[in-house]
Amino acid sequence: MIDPLLSVRNLRIELTTRDGVAPVIDDFSFDLFPGEAISFVGESGCGKSMTALGIMGLLPEGVGKIASGSISFSGEDLSTVSDKRMRSIRGNEISMIFQEPMTSLNPIYTIGEQIAEVLRAHQGLSQKAAWVKAIELLDAVRIPNPQSRISDYPFQMSGGQRQRVMIAIALACEPKILIADEPTTALDVTVQAQIFDLLNDLRKKTGTAIILITHDMGAVAEMAERMIVMYAGRKAEEGPVQQVIDNARHPYTQGLISCVPHVQEILTSERQTLQEVPGIVPSLRDFGKDKCLFASRCNSVSEKCKNERPPEIDCSNSQRAACWHMGGF
Amino acid sequence: MPDQLLKVENLGVRFPLKNRSIFGKKSYLYAVDNISFEINRGETLAIVGESGSGKTTAALAAARLVDAYTGKITLENINLLEIKKETLRKARNKIQFIFQDPYSSLNPRLRAEEIVKEPLNSLTKFSASKKQKLVNELFEAVGLRPEQQRLFPHQFSGGQRQRIGVARALATQPDLIICDEPVSALDVAVQAQILNLLRKLQEEYGLTYLFISHDLGVVQHMSDQIAVMYMGKIVEYADRLSLFNNPLHPYTAALLSAIPSIDQKRREKTKRILIPGDPPDPINPPIGCRFANRCPVAREICYQKEPQLNEIKNGHKVACHLVDKKAKSPLENFK
Repeated sequence: MIDPLLSVRNLRIELTTRDGVAPVIDDFSFDLFPGEAISFVGESGCGKSMTALGIMGLLPEGVGKIASGSISFSGEDLSTVSDKRMRSIRGNEISMIFQEPMTSLNPIYTIGEQIAEVLRAHQGLSQKAAWVKAIELLDAVRIPNPQSRISDYPFQMSGGQRQRVMIAIALACEPKILIADEPTTALDVTVQAQIFDLLNDLRKKTGTAIILITHDMGAVAEMAERMIVMYAGRKAEEGPVQQVIDNARHPYTQGLISCVPHVQEILTSERQTLQEVPGIVPSLRDFGKDKCLFASRCNSVSEKCKNERPPEIDCSNSQRAACWHMGGF
Repeated sequence: MPDQLLKVENLGVRFPLKNRSIFGKKSYLYAVDNISFEINRGETLAIVGESGSGKTTAALAAARLVDAYTGKITLENINLLEIKKETLRKARNKIQFIFQDPYSSLNPRLRAEEIVKEPLNSLTKFSASKKQKLVNELFEAVGLRPEQQRLFPHQFSGGQRQRIGVARALATQPDLIICDEPVSALDVAVQAQILNLLRKLQEEYGLTYLFISHDLGVVQHMSDQIAVMYMGKIVEYADRLSLFNNPLHPYTAALLSAIPSIDQKRREKTKRILIPGDPPDPINPPIGCRFANRCPVAREICYQKEPQLNEIKNGHKVACHLVDKKAKSPLENFK
């Protein structure tokens, strides 16, 4: 049995809002194994990005904090390490790319300077050595003509190219974990395909484990081996990707799968019926209550759902779900 | 014989570019370059394309919200490009819009009922009581409760706001509704609500949609006919089944193969056609086929001569030099 690279246990992240303290992440546990690609899926406001920020030690200061639980990475608990230690882990061991390639690069520095900065800060390379490595990295993320493009400013690049630069920065120090937070949502489909292809290739070459955050089941199926469906700060379901898609046990997972029209192998004149998930994600005020937070949108809700929080139960073949009516709807 | 509602012929939209020299010839960016399409009453034409392909500009031009410099737009025997401003204003109630972003397309200072009533105020001469009756009906049709009429936009969720947008578009009983990415700003779980609503309304009232989207999953669900745009041109135009099951243009094929799918069979069978790079600079478009520099099967002729949109069979049109009369995709040998 291989030890997990990252092991999160009973994580609780609290946000201080005007209405008081709310747990945006509530008793959340998962493992990430070396070289594995997993995916967090869910609508906006379900805590996917908050989990990522918690792992990175980047929760909004003064507002969000890890209240309890542990994030153990190679034997170290990231929820308690010093800021200094966290700074050396961030970028070196765990790095992250964001949704907006337009805004996550600094507009007044060339991309070469921005890639080299990471190498100098984390690996202590000289200016010259960092520059040479930066060119190699641009080449690795398939930017044509890297020697001359390295002196470009972000505005001179297209969205897809900017996201490649972000990936180059994130992978500069060969991290063990790459967290990709909706990396292709702002991009066109053909560019998205290029980025997925690139990430898959780099993963094969470097063995970096990936956490992909997305709301697109298609992207999950394309990129990840295991998925974790999140709802209102809790885990709704977890399991191997295709197994969950074929046989989802939680009604929210089913909703996420059948609420969007999917392109099938052969299109017929018959159109799919789209299952509606009525309502919206509950407000932060309801987070943490002792009930199933999906109850208000669920078709098979019962009294029990409104009064007791469903525990995560193992179903079969490492699939888990938190629903009182598993299989019975 | 299908009843044709809108016919767009050789439509062109260009935007003037800032010139370096004041004596220089004026140069333009051709956002929509000589496109033609038609929509039958009660049907949906989808225009798909990536950002910058000109799909939204084409839709705006069809409603004369941006000015076309050339072409002909016929809506029920009226040429929209020729009529005067006042007549155009009257024709406006025949075409309505549903916008992408329900957060910015509703006036935050108006109550929901006032938003829906606005087109009635400016485009009809109905009495106050008739308008109110219509608003009541519209709210019911889009699935909002009567008491929600008094609320302001910020009190609604994204999906509900888009319902208000739909109600507003329906208010004047238009012949044509242009839906510009109506669900792409919404959360996944909410998209189904709006897509189902649009389809239900189409069935009930026989609505005609011009549906703009970059999401091919949504397009195959909503459309009857599909036009694929690339850099201001229509590169392929076909009914839904022909386009998805037998894409002829290499760009369409690449676009379809790029869709991430949850269908394991499709993933195994579809070989992804990666098209490298980005579209060329739209200010100086290439002389030949605009897709040639990214096309995996481009030949000499593609760089020299611009392909025309030709009908291959049964209304399936494609602009590619390499598609032959047998309607075989040029990529077939490539695979």
